[in-house]
Amino acid sequence: MYNFNYHRPLSVDEAVALAGGAPEGRLLAGGQTLIPTLKQRLANPTDLIDLGEIAELKQLSTEADGGTLVVGAMCSHASVAASDMVRAAIPALAHLADGIGDAQVRNLGTIGGSIANNDPAADYPAALVGLGASVRSNHREIAAEEFFTGMFETALEPAEVISSVAFPVPSKAGYAKFANPASRYAIVGVFVSQGGDGVRVAVTGAGPSVFRVPAMEQALASNFSADALEGIAVDAGALNADLHASAEYRAHLVGVMAKRAVAAAG
Amino acid sequence: MPTVSMTVNGSHVTKEVEGRTLLVDFLRQQLSLTGTHVGCDTSQCGACVVHLNGKSVKSCTLLACQAEGAEVTTIEGLASDGELHPMQAAFKEHHALQCGFCTPGMIMSAVDLLQNNASPSETEIREWLEGNFCRCTGYHNIVKAVQAASQGS
Ligand SMILES: Cc1cc2nc3c(=O)[nH]c(=O)nc-3n(C[C@H](O)[C@H](O)[C@H](O)COP(=O)(O)OP(=O)(O)OC[C@H]3O[C@@H](n4cnc5c(N)ncnc54)[C@H](O)[C@@H]3O)c2cc1C
Ligand code: FES
Ligand code: FES
Repeated sequence: MYNFNYHRPLSVDEAVALAGGAPEGRLLAGGQTLIPTLKQRLANPTDLIDLGEIAELKQLSTEADGGTLVVGAMCSHASVAASDMVRAAIPALAHLADGIGDAQVRNLGTIGGSIANNDPAADYPAALVGLGASVRSNHREIAAEEFFTGMFETALEPAEVISSVAFPVPSKAGYAKFANPASRYAIVGVFVSQGGDGVRVAVTGAGPSVFRVPAMEQALASNFSADALEGIAVDAGALNADLHASAEYRAHLVGVMAKRAVAAAG
Repeated sequence: MPTVSMTVNGSHVTKEVEGRTLLVDFLRQQLSLTGTHVGCDTSQCGACVVHLNGKSVKSCTLLACQAEGAEVTTIEGLASDGELHPMQAAFKEHHALQCGFCTPGMIMSAVDLLQNNASPSETEIREWLEGNFCRCTGYHNIVKAVQAASQGS
């Protein structure tokens, strides 16, 4: 690992100022992706701005009479999984967080770091798009679908700090993933929800970035049951293929995981 | 060079480190606490698991600077007054180790499990230990030891 200047700001404003003053710097959240990247010398930031001491980023709360769940960017996967508030509002979100990596990764890894990284196989992007969430930063609010722009790419600007994610609370939601047996990353993960905005089906792991499946959403809108998805095929053309799964197998898994997610939503 | 202060196994320490110094290197090289092992150095194997403010983390994937002000417990900090911690005693009793390389991380991870879930099922133990690899035992006796420690505690 190359060396860098380490900073430990106590507020978002201070973090934004430090990031603005270090164009080649990087924000550090749980470090579960960034530290391995630095070890491999795939990045060489001049400065690391550690968000770990910023209390305002660790909050979990509800807004709009419980209609919105707000998860602070520095909430660890373990804290989301264990939160009574999350379990009561969106149990599928707690379940998703509980299935990320392993216990030690969940103790350090954060929602903000996961979505800023936008790994094509990460779990959280499916929840954000599958629930119609929005990402709040130090200066704006971005709808999830506009936030995830491509493989490892997001709409974040330089020196922009994610502060929280606001999830509309659905009437039903479910998440099912076919996990890589070694890392637990999603080979395919599907998040479904039914709420005020209708039905959403979001897929992670299968393509370069999270995507929705309109044909499934339409079928579930008239009949929210696993049977309604029978025969709806996903085109393998644009899907990922690697040593874990071919594009055709991933396309098949999207159908299977979508049915399981609907069944889990109840 | 930055200075870090933390409490390690109950003792307060303050040292100079580089920004890039990993917690595991700080423990092993600067504090000579070599019970915490480095197996993979890529956040996969769990040989380096320690407790940070009571929660198990991989010390190869955490900067020493990130532990500023924290309470860190390593395998050396578990026994007290010459008595093995119940988890250590259970590993010994149930022959839950062969070469012993994975053992410090396994024990630190298992202790954290019982803090969260006092009587886990076999499945819950196996799922929790997903981030801890053992190349010798086949896990069977490790699971038995954790079960024994949970019943005993
Ligand atoms: C063994 C292992 C298994 C894993 N398995 C899974 C899995 O099954 N599913 C899954 O989804 N993930 C998995 N992960 C990834 C894990 O969830 C990471 O924690 C996550 O991807 C990154 O979060 P972090 O908090 O560690 O971020 P960091 O590594 O600290 O940061 C990641 C990136 O996000 C940026 N960033 C961080 N916070 C902010 C912010 N608030 N605003 C703007 N930018 C920010 C950083 O600058 C950096 O570029 C795994 C990781 C490991 C090591
Ligand atoms: S050495 Fe840290 S996880 Fe393997
Ligand atoms: S006892 Fe040898 S690696 Fe576990």
